This record gives sequence, structure tokens and C-alpha cells, in this order.
Amino acid sequence: MRVRMTVNGRPETVDGAWEGESLLYVLRERVGLPGSKNACEQGECGSCTVYLDGVPVCACLVAAGQAEGRDVRTVEGLAGDEGLHPLQEAFVEAGAVQCGFCTPGLLVQAHDLIERVGEPSDAEIREALAGNLCRCTGYEKILDAVRLAAARRKDEAR
Amino acid sequence: MDFLRPTTWEEALAAKAALPEAVPIQGGTDVMVEINFDVRRPVALLDLSAVAGLSGWEVAADGRLRVGAAVPYARIITELGDRLPGLAQASRTVGSPQIRNRASVGGNLGAASPAGDSHPPLLASEAVIEVESAARGVRMIPAAEFYLGVKRSALEPDELIRAFWASPASGPQYFSKVGTRNAMVIAVCSFAIALHPERRTAGTGVGSAAPTPRRATEAEEFLAAELDWSGASALDPALARRFGELAAGAASPIDDVRGTAEYRRHAVAVMARRTLGWAWDDYRERAAA
Ligand SMILES: Cc1cc2nc3c(=O)[nH]c(=O)nc-3n(C[C@H](O)[C@H](O)[C@H](O)COP(=O)(O)OP(=O)(O)OC[C@H]3O[C@@H](n4cnc5c(N)ncnc54)[C@H](O)[C@@H]3O)c2cc1C
Ligand code: FES
Ligand code: FES
Repeated sequence: MRVRMTVNGRPETVDGAWEGESLLYVLRERVGLPGSKNACEQGECGSCTVYLDGVPVCACLVAAGQAEGRDVRTVEGLAGDEGLHPLQEAFVEAGAVQCGFCTPGLLVQAHDLIERVGEPSDAEIREALAGNLCRCTGYEKILDAVRLAAARRKDEAR
Repeated sequence: MDFLRPTTWEEALAAKAALPEAVPIQGGTDVMVEINFDVRRPVALLDLSAVAGLSGWEVAADGRLRVGAAVPYARIITELGDRLPGLAQASRTVGSPQIRNRASVGGNLGAASPAGDSHPPLLASEAVIEVESAARGVRMIPAAEFYLGVKRSALEPDELIRAFWASPASGPQYFSKVGTRNAMVIAVCSFAIALHPERRTAGTGVGSAAPTPRRATEAEEFLAAELDWSGASALDPALARRFGELAAGAASPIDDVRGTAEYRRHAVAVMARRTLGWAWDDYRERAAA
């Protein structure tokens, strides 16, 4: 079937999608955006997190056809023309990336947190990231990265 | 596989009537897992996410809330947390933020898992499920009559769930759930309580401790008769213990990977006692205020 949607601000038309396939598959295999990762396909790991109409969701649990006419933003859509998004910079600086498999999902999820809650508490950060698994870092550096990004955002706002 | 995408409720009902085997999909958090793992290969998916009205809620003329089947947990928490506190507490324990952004009470009802977290608070608050078919119109099914067996409900093959109805809380409501960690946990067992001060009665719901979610009717009757509804006295520990025993008596749990039947019975008793304690503290505070 055909699915039309906007991905990172660009209109995309995908032909030949199987009716049972996920938005994650469409993004990775048909649109050519492999940033969103496929690790569990059952909503447990968060590595496939993307924005759907501005709300972070597991792309592996969205049927391709449910994205029809909608707006999708993936990790590839976070960086701007001037380079990495400050949150991405913070991940690099804090050492929050090891193998990197969890990173795209964490970035989208943490991006949503920082946009919604300017200065999240530690409890809020943990709660927001509860659906994103990382097998490498032990999470501490990820928390550091989110705190760093939130603090810089606050300074900039001054 | 077909992918059907109605945009109105009438079209959705017509599509379900024409092809009763079509599997409705809303948040997809149950359906897509089954498709991704090849557990299910439906002839068609009936996508309800474009149906207007299904993801909204309203206050009906009689003061009750009518909440569309597709309203996700995240919005139950933010928009209805004050009026449906028991359901909102249960919603906060579902999956993760990403899951709560998609998963809906309608989908929880459609799946009718004994472990579904919305069921105990729906039972405790005496919610009514609005279902509809093109052929027979609307049926209003009390939650207590909705669950028929493990993953079986009163929904007919040509019917769809439109909404659930519930009165805004008139008294304290609490939910408790036992699991291995704070996020992403299927309930080992769960319990919900709602006090209805205007009627001097209590509602309960026991989750994941029987083939279906169910009310603990004897425990409810015990509270109605024995609680000091004037709110003058603190909760008698013996009364709370007895309430726990009666709640556990309503369970008929099994041994499985998540826990033994014996553990579940014990945990239901503890949760019933604790939630009653929390509810009673609230009740007295309100009575004193
Ligand atoms: C990682 C993860 C964690 C989870 N954690 C929890 C948890 O903690 N607690 C919990 O209770 N559940 C949990 N679930 C299960 C699931 O999220 C819930 O059951 C949810 O409420 C389903 O809603 P949905 O909108 O996604 O349903 P869908 O997947 O879209 O549908 C679920 C079922 O309902 C049917 N259906 C949907 N809408 C209708 C309708 N309008 N009329 C008739 N039938 C309909 C579908 O055909 C299907 O059988 C989890 C799932 C995942 C993937
Ligand atoms: S791949 Fe989607 S949550 Fe793991
Ligand atoms: S960096 Fe390897 S899984 Fe997180």
C-alpha cells in the first residue's frame, strides 16, 4: 500500500509497504533513515523512539498505515544546519554514548523532556527515560548529559 | 492483509460488520507486538486512529464522563487525573512514557487481559462500557459484566468499543500494583478501591489474580456495613485486616512465571488493606475540612 507522511519536514511517499509492517520498518528500510534502531520490536527498549505528530512513540508499534498524513520526526531531524543539537553535544561531552545503539531513542525521548519541562528534576529525568534501555553506560552518564543540556538551555534563555 | 482506515464512527461500524474478522487497531501496543512476532496474521487491520471523536472525552448531561476509547493513558493522567484519580494512578504504572502516549483504555478493554491495569479502577468506580454495532446499535455494559474469561470479553465480533462512562470521583480512589520494578511491568496482581461517600458504599477491583478482573463483592459489602462513615474514628486495624482477607478471598489466582497463587492471595490482601488505609486517611481529612 501507499503511505504519505512528512518525515523531518520533508514530504515522503512510500509505495509497496506491507499492511502489517511498522513505521520503524518504513523509516529504516523504505525511507532510508536508519537512525531509529530496531532492538526488540515490542515496545520494551525505546531505541525506535520517534515523534509522531509531536509526541514520542515507539515506531515499532505504529502500523505503517497509521502514519498516513502525519508528521514524523526522527533522530536525523534533531540536528540543524549549524550541526548537532545541543542535547546531542551534551551526550558526546558527558560520555553518554558507548555502543550507541540506544542513543537515537534516548535523544528523541530526552529532547521531548527538555522541550516540555525546561528544568527537569532527577526524578523527572528517570521517569521520562524509564522506557529506554541501555546495556552499556549504566545510565549515569546519560543522566549527566540530560542535566547538562537542560542547564545550558536555561543559561541561554537568560 | 487489508488496511482499513475509516474516518467516521459509522464507517468503522460498517467496516466491522462487513468483515468481523478485521482486527481493530488503536495505539497498536498489543496488536503490533503480535504482528511483529507473527503471533497474529489478521486478514485485515481496522485502524481506528483516524476516526473523529474516538480520542476525545466529554461531560455528559447526567454529569458522568464519557471517555472515548482511543484516549491514551498520557491524556487520562493529565486531563482527567482529578476526576478519575484511581484510573489515573493505574495509568501512571502502564509501560513507559512512549507506551502511555499511544496505549488506550479502549485497547486495554479490547485485549481484556486479566492483568490489564485499567480494569480494577474501572470496576471499582462502576464504569460502564459503551459498545456499538451497525446491526444492533449501542449496548451499555457494566465493567463487572464485560470480562468473561482470559482475554475474552462481552464484545461481539461485529461490535466496537466507543467509550467508557464513569462518574467523577465523589470520594478517595486508590490503585496499587505489584511488579518487579517501577516501569514496564505487567502486574503480578493489582487492586483498586473507590469510596462512594454519598451512598456510603465502596467499590473494588482485583487484577491479575483470577481468569478475569473482578470485584471483591463481599469485601465491598463488609466496608459498607462496618466503616464508620461519619469519619470520626481512625481505621480499625482489625477491620482493615478483615477487608484484606475478604478481598483475597475474591481472587482465584494461578501459579505462573510472575508469581505463585499463594503469593498473589497474600499480596491482594496486603494491597487491599493498604489502599483502604490511604483512602480512609483521605476520607477523614475531607470530612474534617
Ligand atoms: C512495552 C509494553 C508495556 C505494556 N505495559 C502495560 C502495563 O503496564 N499495563 C497494561 O495494562 N498493559 C500494558 N501493555 C499492554 C497495552 O499497552 C495495553 O493493553 C493497552 O491498553 C492497549 O491499548 P492500545 O490502544 O495500544 O491497543 P491496540 O493494540 O490498538 O488494541 C488492543 C486490542 O483491543 C482491540 N481494540 C482496540 N480498540 C478497539 C475498539 N475501539 N473496539 C474494539 N476492539 C478494540 C484490538 O483489536 C486488540 O485486540 C504494555 C504493552 C507494551 C508493548
Ligand atoms: S524496537 Fe521499538 S521499543 Fe524496542
Ligand atoms: S550505549 Fe550501548 S546500549 Fe546504550
